[in-house]
Amino acid sequence: MIKGMKTLGLKRKILEVKDLHVHFYTYAGVVKAISGVSFEIYEGETFCLVGETGCGKSVTSRAITKLIESPGKIVKGQVLFYRDGSPIDLLKLSDEELRRIRGREIAYIFQDPTAALDPLYSVGYQIAETMVAHNTATWKEAFRRAVDILKSVLIPDPEKRVKNYPHELSGGMKQRVVIGISLSNKPKLLIADEPTTAVDVTIQAQILDLLRKLRQEEKMTLLLITHNMGVVAEMCDRVAVMYAGKIVEIGTVHQIFKNPQHPYTKGLLKAVPNPLIKIEKLESIPGTVPNLIFPPSGCRFHPRCPRKLDICDKKEPPLIEVEEGHKVACWLYVK
Amino acid sequence: MGSSIASKETYEKKILDRFSDKLVDSITNLIDKVKPGWSERNKSKIDEWKLMFYAFNRSPPGIIGAILIISFILIGLFGPYVAPYSYREFLYIEYPDTYLVPPGSTVTITNKRGDIVKVFNFPLGTDKYGRDLLSLILYGARVSLIVSLIVILLGVPVGILLGLVAGYFGGKVDEVIMRITDIFLAFPALILAIAFASVLPERIRPIIIQSGILKQVFSVFFAADVRDAANFAPILSVILAIILVWWPPYTRIIRGSVLSAKENLYVEAAKALGVSTWKILFKHILPNIISPVLVLITLDIGSVILMEASLSFLGLGAQDPMVDWGKIVYDGAQYFPDRWWLVIFPGLATFLAVLGWNLIGDTLRDVLDPRTRRSIEFKVKRGKAEEK
Amino acid sequence: MPEPLVRVENLKKYFPIKGIFFTRAHVKAVDGVSFEIYRGETLGLVGESGCGKSTTGRLLIRLLEPTAGHVYFEGKNIFKLKGEELKRFRRKAQIILQDPYSSLNPRMTIFEIINEALEVHNIKVPDKEEFIVDWLRRVGLERHHLYRYPHEFSGGQRQRIAIVRSLIIKPEFVVLDEPTSALDVSVQAQILDMLKEFQRELNLTYLFISHDLGVVKYMSDRIAVMYLGKIVELAPADELFEKPLHPYTQMLLSSIPIPDPEYALKKPKVKVIGEPPSPINPPPGCRFHPRCPRKLDICDKKEPPLIEVERDHYVACWLYAKK
Ligand SMILES: Nc1ncnc2c1ncn2[C@@H]1O[C@H](COP(=O)(O)OP(=O)(O)OP(=O)(O)O)[C@@H](O)[C@H]1O
Ligand SMILES: Nc1ncnc2c1ncn2[C@@H]1O[C@H](COP(=O)(O)OP(=O)(O)OP(=O)(O)O)[C@@H](O)[C@H]1O
Ligand code: SF4
Ligand SMILES: [Mg+2]
Ligand SMILES: [Mg+2]
Repeated sequence: MIKGMKTLGLKRKILEVKDLHVHFYTYAGVVKAISGVSFEIYEGETFCLVGETGCGKSVTSRAITKLIESPGKIVKGQVLFYRDGSPIDLLKLSDEELRRIRGREIAYIFQDPTAALDPLYSVGYQIAETMVAHNTATWKEAFRRAVDILKSVLIPDPEKRVKNYPHELSGGMKQRVVIGISLSNKPKLLIADEPTTAVDVTIQAQILDLLRKLRQEEKMTLLLITHNMGVVAEMCDRVAVMYAGKIVEIGTVHQIFKNPQHPYTKGLLKAVPNPLIKIEKLESIPGTVPNLIFPPSGCRFHPRCPRKLDICDKKEPPLIEVEEGHKVACWLYVK
Repeated sequence: MGSSIASKETYEKKILDRFSDKLVDSITNLIDKVKPGWSERNKSKIDEWKLMFYAFNRSPPGIIGAILIISFILIGLFGPYVAPYSYREFLYIEYPDTYLVPPGSTVTITNKRGDIVKVFNFPLGTDKYGRDLLSLILYGARVSLIVSLIVILLGVPVGILLGLVAGYFGGKVDEVIMRITDIFLAFPALILAIAFASVLPERIRPIIIQSGILKQVFSVFFAADVRDAANFAPILSVILAIILVWWPPYTRIIRGSVLSAKENLYVEAAKALGVSTWKILFKHILPNIISPVLVLITLDIGSVILMEASLSFLGLGAQDPMVDWGKIVYDGAQYFPDRWWLVIFPGLATFLAVLGWNLIGDTLRDVLDPRTRRSIEFKVKRGKAEEK
Repeated sequence: MPEPLVRVENLKKYFPIKGIFFTRAHVKAVDGVSFEIYRGETLGLVGESGCGKSTTGRLLIRLLEPTAGHVYFEGKNIFKLKGEELKRFRRKAQIILQDPYSSLNPRMTIFEIINEALEVHNIKVPDKEEFIVDWLRRVGLERHHLYRYPHEFSGGQRQRIAIVRSLIIKPEFVVLDEPTSALDVSVQAQILDMLKEFQRELNLTYLFISHDLGVVKYMSDRIAVMYLGKIVELAPADELFEKPLHPYTQMLLSSIPIPDPEYALKKPKVKVIGEPPSPINPPPGCRFHPRCPRKLDICDKKEPPLIEVERDHYVACWLYAKK
């Protein structure tokens, strides 16, 4: 069976992002971090956002629950979260209502586990705290469950480790504790923003394994953000490729890797050296990522695109479907 | 709205900005004459300078500070030459009426027949020798200026050098330098300075008196009469005493910055190229850590002026007939509060000079930090865009 | 066999950890490595964070003094060089560092940065500016970049400037310490190809350090795998990937995510056990034994020697050594 196909069949949305725009008002000018991002995530799948530094992956994931701080502002858009089939617009909720959803129904894992843990409290306390804060357990119960949670994220000796403080753990273990904390309330949607960028490959393999296992066991939906094409291929069902604040291509992992359409996706795939293949010469994408204060007109990729048409620098290409579940924003495919 | 903020529009220029742009332009023109093509090659730097001035011009305290210190420097330089009387004109000897007259008085001297012989104007009053207080303050400004300049020019480089060496080489060198620094820092600076200032004059005086050149040089520096050469010694001892207590904080700050700056990869790259150690210190490390020191220096000039005044007030600095601000206050203190002007005017002068340096220092702290500099620029631009 | 350009013999570097009064312990960053680098080749050095790759690279161009061991460059012990000889060595052996954001002095213009290299080595050219512009053009920069400051450039452009600074003095040997790990993939490919181009043109010898196995494979002729300050396997690049022998290499290779969703489904899995221990008190015997799925009795007692098990394929593991 081809990976990713199974989710196309069961179409029960859990999250739908519509035309999201986020700006940052900095000293140098207004950074249009994301402009018109739309995608949907289905229940039970692993959805990936992939793209290079600064393309807006983290901003998108944070904007989902309004985690954008000044000087940033969500300028426009909707984020529909489906609870038992009925949608609510997260961006319309009050901060208090959102806080209740965040950590309970939607949980986050960030890149740097050290920043996510408070050095003054034991890890057991910190896991228990999330449960108590969301009224899912009493302190006593929460402490007992903390041990189970540590066990479930494969930390050896969980009975002893609950009493440890963050600085007594290695980077990989800290990240597992963070995963444990985010899972403590059994969220429906887990948003993981580059959870393995700060750790070594062998530890990365362990953490990805763990995420895969937990997703199956807990029937969670996973939004995974990464810039590593290898991680995408190994983890995801469906993928959205972002470039300069926009989604340029979206499809199943198989469609994206075997039948990429957008010149940027094609270039990106060819620029990653696959260690299993003998490569004589890597293909690189000329130029650099544009400045989002003055994004290029029309298609934002046009200054670097090898197949640019006349229209490309004038009008923005729409995101259109080229095969079932596979959408591309590129003038080459607009009839 | 967005694009109007972001576009490379040049900001609206007020008079001050146009003036500072002109200043920068004329400096760059001057350098261009010496080194053709210089401004072409340093365009980024020049733009940054202009932006610094622009940010500076947005800060009212900075502008007040600038006005104060420019006045202080001008008075220090030219004051003694425009002073209506010399500090050595003891009018009281000939005209007892000039004894401690209040500000704004006019003393008219008549001879026995009642004819007016002389008219003296004393806008700020006189002291017990009948000397014009305004003139004394003008002469005192010179001493304050010279003392603070010499302390900064000699003390700070010593502190910086020791800090660079200690931070960069580490190990035993670092241990030795920093322990000595600690010892100096452990004594209260004023008490240490008092100790030095009371023993040093006896050693310095013979040297100055025997050397014709030194006499000349210092009499120009202090705008003083060569006849007072023996009195240069206490002032010089005060300078030395302040220098001795002044370098340690610089050493400590510089050492700390060097410790982190030397971890920068460009230092490693320079080592790999075979760049000599002192070039690494002065070209790669120092320029990158000097901004906080510049701020500290401006703030410190104020403190030097204060410390010099304090030492004089304790009778350690200028000796009769020479004056500096502390000395005038010291002499006037015995008549306070009846003859208030002897304390208030020199006190006010000291206060304004110190305030000026502090205001400048605080503004420079913002202006020299590229990030706050940009945000000042941005705030102004955004404000403008929103008005539209 | 040709004479190697660089010969490393039992090189060690311990960093002291200072206690209050005396040295408490040592970080054994590099603990007895020996290998050779031949003229014109690229030797890849891979391993996880903290295993001693950068320390090895810095020792090879004498940015650090070793605790023990020797490095011979063109037959001469580099740690004995002094004065003019040392300067000549500095010109022949260069390094390109990982982080282009901190490897250029922010207070110097590009011209000053590159010119410094020429001045240190007294390289005389008729028109310096023209000469530097020529080099900048070769890495895709222009004349108008000459008098700009580093903060006006992107990461990729800065790394190109760093490359020019190192190569303009025509070195023979260059240590590349993760030259692309701070860059985006699309820019990484440009830099890697540029480095390969220069190698061919100037006949350079590279030590290429990285933790990205895909990149190392692409760049290297031979690859050395490091674990906790030791080389555990050294083999020609293709062979290492086709036939990894050391259990650590096998674990490492199976951990790399492969950008191919079909391969990902059938990829052989070696389960990763534990995490790398601290280099302060490395485990006795084979340093990998606490994590090794194929550990033997002898493994935690005696250290396995690095031996040639096949032609040019070296492994330090008791599975392949005679006890
Ligand atoms: N606090 C902020 N202030 C100003 N600009 C910001 C801020 N946060 C993000 N941005 C801008 O928004 C854009 C998108 O940033 P984002 O963090 O989403 O990138 P990313 O795709 O997550 O990249 P990375 O791979 O580096 O994490 C960037 O151009 C960035 O400069
Ligand atoms: N100057 C130093 N002082 C003390 N310890 C050091 C120093 N430099 C490196 N180390 C230690 O030596 C070990 C090896 O460091 P090294 O930088 O060589 O690792 P690396 O393989 O390059 O890792 P990375 O992939 O993170 O760059 C690490 O444990 C590091 O903490
Ligand atoms: S020597 Fe032993 S412990 Fe080390 S890798 Fe080989 S089998 Fe494993
Ligand atoms: Mg991010
Ligand atoms: Mg390193």
